[in-house]
Amino acid sequence: MGIQRKGVVSGVNGNMVAVSFEDQVMQNEVAYVVSGGDRLKAEVIRVKGRTADLQVFEDTLGVRIGDTVEFSNELLSVALGPGLLGQVFDGLQNPLEDLAQAHGFFLKRGAYLSALDPDSRWEFTPIKRKGDKVRAGAKLGTVPERMFSHAIMVPFGLEGEWEVSEIVSKSEVALKDRVAELTNEAGETIAVTLVQNWPVKLPIRAYAQKMKPSKPLVTKIRIIDTLVPVAVGGTFCTPGPFGAGKTVLQHLLSRHADVDVVIVAACGERAGEVVEVLTEFPHLSDPRTGRTLMDRTIIICNTSSMPVAARESSVYTAVTLAEYYRQMGLNVLLLADSTSRWAQAMREMSGRLEEIPGEEAFPAYLESRIASFYERAGLVKLYDGSTGSVTIGGSVSPAGGNFEEPVTQATLKVVGAFHGLSRARANARRYPAIDPLESWSKYPTFVDAENVEKSRRILRRSAEVGQMMKVVGEEGTTMADFVEYLKGEFFDGVYLQQNAFDKTDEATSADRQVHVFDVVEKVMDHVFSFKTKEEARQFFQELRRSFINWNSQAFGSDEFRRTEGEIRQRIV
Amino acid sequence: MKIYTEITRIAGDVITVEAEGVGYRELAEVRSPQGLSLAQVIRIDGKRVSLQVLAGSRGITTDARVRFLNRPMQVPFSDGLKGRVFTGSGEPRDNGPVLRDGMIPIGGPSVNPARRVVPKTMVRTGIPMIDIFNTLVESQKLPIFSIAGEPYNPLLARIAMQAEVDLIVLGGIGLKYDDYLFFRETLEHEGALARSIMFIHTASDPTVEGLLVPDMALAVAEQFALKGERVLVLLTDMTNFADAMKEIAITMEQIPSNRGYPGDLYSQLAARYEKAVDFKGAGSITVLAVTTMPGDDVTHPVPDNTGYITEGQFYLKGGRIEPFGSLSRLKQQVNGDTRADHRAIMDRMIQLFAEYRETLEKRSMGFHMSAWDEKLLKYGARFEKEMMDLSVNIPLERALDLGWEILADCFTVSEVGMKQALVDQFWPGEKEKK
Repeated sequence: MGIQRKGVVSGVNGNMVAVSFEDQVMQNEVAYVVSGGDRLKAEVIRVKGRTADLQVFEDTLGVRIGDTVEFSNELLSVALGPGLLGQVFDGLQNPLEDLAQAHGFFLKRGAYLSALDPDSRWEFTPIKRKGDKVRAGAKLGTVPERMFSHAIMVPFGLEGEWEVSEIVSKSEVALKDRVAELTNEAGETIAVTLVQNWPVKLPIRAYAQKMKPSKPLVTKIRIIDTLVPVAVGGTFCTPGPFGAGKTVLQHLLSRHADVDVVIVAACGERAGEVVEVLTEFPHLSDPRTGRTLMDRTIIICNTSSMPVAARESSVYTAVTLAEYYRQMGLNVLLLADSTSRWAQAMREMSGRLEEIPGEEAFPAYLESRIASFYERAGLVKLYDGSTGSVTIGGSVSPAGGNFEEPVTQATLKVVGAFHGLSRARANARRYPAIDPLESWSKYPTFVDAENVEKSRRILRRSAEVGQMMKVVGEEGTTMADFVEYLKGEFFDGVYLQQNAFDKTDEATSADRQVHVFDVVEKVMDHVFSFKTKEEARQFFQELRRSFINWNSQAFGSDEFRRTEGEIRQRIV
Repeated sequence: MKIYTEITRIAGDVITVEAEGVGYRELAEVRSPQGLSLAQVIRIDGKRVSLQVLAGSRGITTDARVRFLNRPMQVPFSDGLKGRVFTGSGEPRDNGPVLRDGMIPIGGPSVNPARRVVPKTMVRTGIPMIDIFNTLVESQKLPIFSIAGEPYNPLLARIAMQAEVDLIVLGGIGLKYDDYLFFRETLEHEGALARSIMFIHTASDPTVEGLLVPDMALAVAEQFALKGERVLVLLTDMTNFADAMKEIAITMEQIPSNRGYPGDLYSQLAARYEKAVDFKGAGSITVLAVTTMPGDDVTHPVPDNTGYITEGQFYLKGGRIEPFGSLSRLKQQVNGDTRADHRAIMDRMIQLFAEYRETLEKRSMGFHMSAWDEKLLKYGARFEKEMMDLSVNIPLERALDLGWEILADCFTVSEVGMKQALVDQFWPGEKEKK
């Protein structure tokens, strides 16, 4: 190496810059466009003859023909090491808080900061000893990071077997201090520090095998856990029109899901929503650990007005961080809001590259990009026998709320669960607005599957009767049908709907769901004999009121038991 | 400075000139027999530089003289702006002097999300449909979705007049000249001209000029907000802005994504709307923007993309703010601290109004009207007349009291079913008993 490869700008179109170069360039290489006093980060995305097309992660205002471009010889990468938890990064892993301290209110063009504090010091405890044989991903030692013991691992890119030729004893080290040295048979040596870099667009594959996700991931949202469950290491998507509550649902998941680490990728959405998370999380406590939610969360934030190319990389940055914590044997949940904005970022670039467009001008590679992103989820067995997982949940913002559009369709093909939000449910204030009949899941639930199927049948029948009643009125409906209708409405009202503003109802543990579902089941099974429809309606109204009270009583408390007794009495 | 005269392409309002050393989005002056116009660089490909000509390309000759100004689009910023009216390219539209002080660039960088704060100040408008049911919050960005022909501009003007803000910045894009005069007269009549700044592009002005209006208005608003002023930015009509972008995109032979709109419509709209902000320790920007919906179709690309960006919407229909379909996503931040009965009145009155709508439907289908239906009909009529009518202008507290009066007039305490504590405190007659 030695000499830096350079090029010159030969064209500018939005955030795409064409560069003519002399020697060679690498696809997806990071380059810097030197414009005025700024160095603008960019990525090579196409090469044609002696011209490379770069997507610039910044505003290209004032970039001129003839401006110098410096190639970095590196793929777009993130830094992986202790200190990531609790941080807020932009799509290129710049810490936003540090940027704010350095540059004030506005995001300054061309200002980049290191993701991890190079001066931070950590208590390193070795696991491996000199002479041990290791391979990529093996844990050499640990440092304490918040509530976790953060594993320092053999760089994921190393091939074959290496020997630990040197390792420091238990001591305090700085982020970039050498903690170990590895040697292979060919005599190459490599120094290991607390931090390693990894290119975001490549999955980390340092594990023994990928397993089938089959264990339910408890989200504490009843409609999800019971009807359309998510699995540890699985994937799900949440499409919905604006105002249907996608973001609220994602916030609830990020708070209550039963995982070790949550990564929130706010991709091209409103800045205000991220701010809510930022302000709330440091004050909310995680019931599992008693620490704040922020301690287990990383936020990747590339909101709608931030540069669009960085939006494209933000989901990759997020999933790479997720894979990193998975490698330590942790369960990670990645929530991407919204994958449509990411797809739109691809569409913008594709348009500037003048590629032949696919449906709705999305590029032809849309489907394969979406598929390969969701494929980075999974439950894996690591070399040391432990398991780790990445679960991915992506929200989708279909144009016009129409699920027939390319992004929703491409996503549905690859995910394991579909939580479709409906405007009708949102308008009727039935939250979460997941449509119980349209949505599906390929994963198992922890509630009795046969009973779930039965209640789904009742729901469907209830919806049919409801439709029919709109035409023939209550008078023209048989008593049997009317009771089916009321049963469905009851199931929806007391179980599928959940009050996000009620401290207790907001999150329902797995035990409680099984317990409550059993009672709901009793109601579904019960054969009622009402004399009039008015009587039937009144019965269910009262039952519903008791149930809703029950939902906001602490599980197992005296009042909980009392209400349960009352409810059970009504259905003897 | 070098002058280029080799124009190789004129299409739509975009010209292409052979030039060197030009910066992206830089400004140029184009002199042709038609006169002088500003132009902005929108693409550079080797020596071929494409510019959108603000005054339009009509009358431009192939040997027109193009002089690059080596700077991006700027707008003057000083207290002298207040009370003034400018065109879409920042020239005076009134008879005032040309301002050249403190030029600032437009379309500046985004606010760091880590420096944003959760908004918590209500903006009082005196319109019950907003104050009670969909409270406007300082630093909110909210569009008014409207069909052509609805009184959206009068509504915008009324909110501007009544909102307690330090500065009103009005950006008109494709505004009818009558509407411009209406805004001007209203501001003058209410004595608000001195705390207003207008950037007006009328329907008869060249399309390209309208593209700059939101950026100009927002750049100026941003500077005043940084100086501590609470600024309300009104933009009308953002659908015209989107259509102007569409026009340029098609001229530049960009591949359209949806109904001819460019693929970056979402990002372009977001870049403007996200300028709404509350600067911690300084002022704030609140954005209200009209988005006309062609054919009352909320799934049209412009309202659809807007809805995903903004924090709710006011839906104007039949001359009223429709309670269903309107939404202020930020109302929860403020309506808990106004008055104890605010949320309860908001929820209950809307639920009853929904029932009233169902009753109307039933009646139109010829179903029998029960005693309850009759009560709902009475309630609905009063609600529409005394709450929804846009001419109603009362403070929030008075509006809440009125809500109780209407409820008490139409229903019994148990039919309304509010918490007893609220009934004791607010139900007309109960208050007197105490």
